[in-house]
Amino acid sequence: MIKRKVVLRFPATVVELPFIYTLAREFDVVANILKANINPRKEGSMVVELSAEEEKYDAAINYLQSRGVVILPLEQQIIWVEDRCTQCGACTVICPTNALWMKRPEMIVSFCSEKCVVCEQCLKACPARAVEALYLAGE
Amino acid sequence: MKQLRTIKEINEKITKGKVVVATAEEIISMVAEKGVEKTARQVDVVTTGTFGPMCSSGAFLNLGHTTPRMRMSKVYLNGVNAYAGIAAVDVYLGATEIPETDPANSIFPGAFNYGGAHVIEDLLSGKKVLLEATSYGTNCYPLQKLEKWITLDDIKDAYLFNPRNCYQNYNVAVNLSDRTIYTYMGILKPHLGNANYCSAGQLSPLLNDPFYRTIGVGTKVFLGGGIGYVAWHGTQHNPHVPRTDGGVPRGGAGTLALIGDLKQMSPKYLRGVSLLGYGVSMQVGVGVPIPILDEEILQFTAVSDGEILAPVVDYSEAYPQGTGEILGEVSYAELKSGTIIVRGKEVPTAPLSSYPKAKEIAETLKQWILKGEFTLTEPVAALPSAEVAVNFARQPEKE
Repeated sequence: MIKRKVVLRFPATVVELPFIYTLAREFDVVANILKANINPRKEGSMVVELSAEEEKYDAAINYLQSRGVVILPLEQQIIWVEDRCTQCGACTVICPTNALWMKRPEMIVSFCSEKCVVCEQCLKACPARAVEALYLAGE
Repeated sequence: MKQLRTIKEINEKITKGKVVVATAEEIISMVAEKGVEKTARQVDVVTTGTFGPMCSSGAFLNLGHTTPRMRMSKVYLNGVNAYAGIAAVDVYLGATEIPETDPANSIFPGAFNYGGAHVIEDLLSGKKVLLEATSYGTNCYPLQKLEKWITLDDIKDAYLFNPRNCYQNYNVAVNLSDRTIYTYMGILKPHLGNANYCSAGQLSPLLNDPFYRTIGVGTKVFLGGGIGYVAWHGTQHNPHVPRTDGGVPRGGAGTLALIGDLKQMSPKYLRGVSLLGYGVSMQVGVGVPIPILDEEILQFTAVSDGEILAPVVDYSEAYPQGTGEILGEVSYAELKSGTIIVRGKEVPTAPLSSYPKAKEIAETLKQWILKGEFTLTEPVAALPSAEVAVNFARQPEKE
């Protein structure tokens, strides 16, 4: 069983085809849409988690590519919204890599994106909801 | 003890622009350098500050009369119920109230993304809020249903009235169990994974006036970015707790009930917060000025983090079961260092109360006073049992 989060880019010419239906019906692929931006006659994109048996997963990917859909690995990024942060520090003991950390003795919360492993534990640990997850398409 | 100055004299100096003000952080090094006597002669006012989640908060709103008139009996603001069991268009919007549609902890741990505190923050940010009201009709109030988008400007009167703020000291929360727990003190990881605390320590208002010698009913304060007053002693106010030799309570003690005009306040100092698996709360910014009337009062304001002790409490068992058991005491200096030792284990610490914000509030209040924009008030009544507490602390401690 394979489970992967990917970014699908649909050229304007194929954006109106029922891809998710086809994935489910023809390939037994479960497509869990995390984020989508689809408009008629425009290039669309979708962040989706695909899960299926390995063979069927590969066949589904082939199908998508043959129709011109570009498949990119998903890169997630954590954004620390400094303006929303109230400098409490609740996130700093939850963050496993010290990407969210506290400068002492000033007790100022800072974020070091290089250390972040995007575990997303901070998203709900932050009382002020000052951290956000961003889904990006990798190249 | 020799009185150095009166509040009236301080106010005259404020008006003339001659007042000397220090924050509760600055005063520590001043006293260390120059001593109590000299500093007390020099400094007129010490400003304190705190910014942390204070659940016992909310706002009284008068929504204004409609045409035709309505006696609102159920009121929702952005889906959050406001208590309407008072006069026709008066309601009380509690900070921790959540929409009836919120799944709360039925999907554990609940996210609690929105509640009364967020409505208050939205109103302060100038956002439109959906008002929904229903009522049975009466001869004098015939309207039975109302749905309307409103802003803070459309609300006739709005004042914050917080029954319990500014806890004088608080528990340090840990988790001895083998699974993560979700509390009002934040996420607590198993086996002493972390220790969370919630006080501004040396900057905190009531820790700088431990026997409420200057802070009383009627004291004018910085509240949520505007001006407020101490309305009463807060709920659960309890001065009779064990104290250090310096008079500092060694756990939760005094509290303040605060009141102030919401329309003057800022979303910078009143923030809705979501505590995973617990609920909604409001971060409230409060700053209290302490007039240095004599040397003893100055001595109290010079208290530093190393001299303030907080009890470490297990929130997996001792707290929920109310056993009163504590795992030891640690100082705020230790808590702020980043780790404390509990049962021989090094435990990482995190505050829920923001020290930089507390400092910013103490500094803002200092600037208001220096600029002559904020004068001090004489309390009209002392907080309960303050006198008893003084006697208590001056006697040798008894078991």
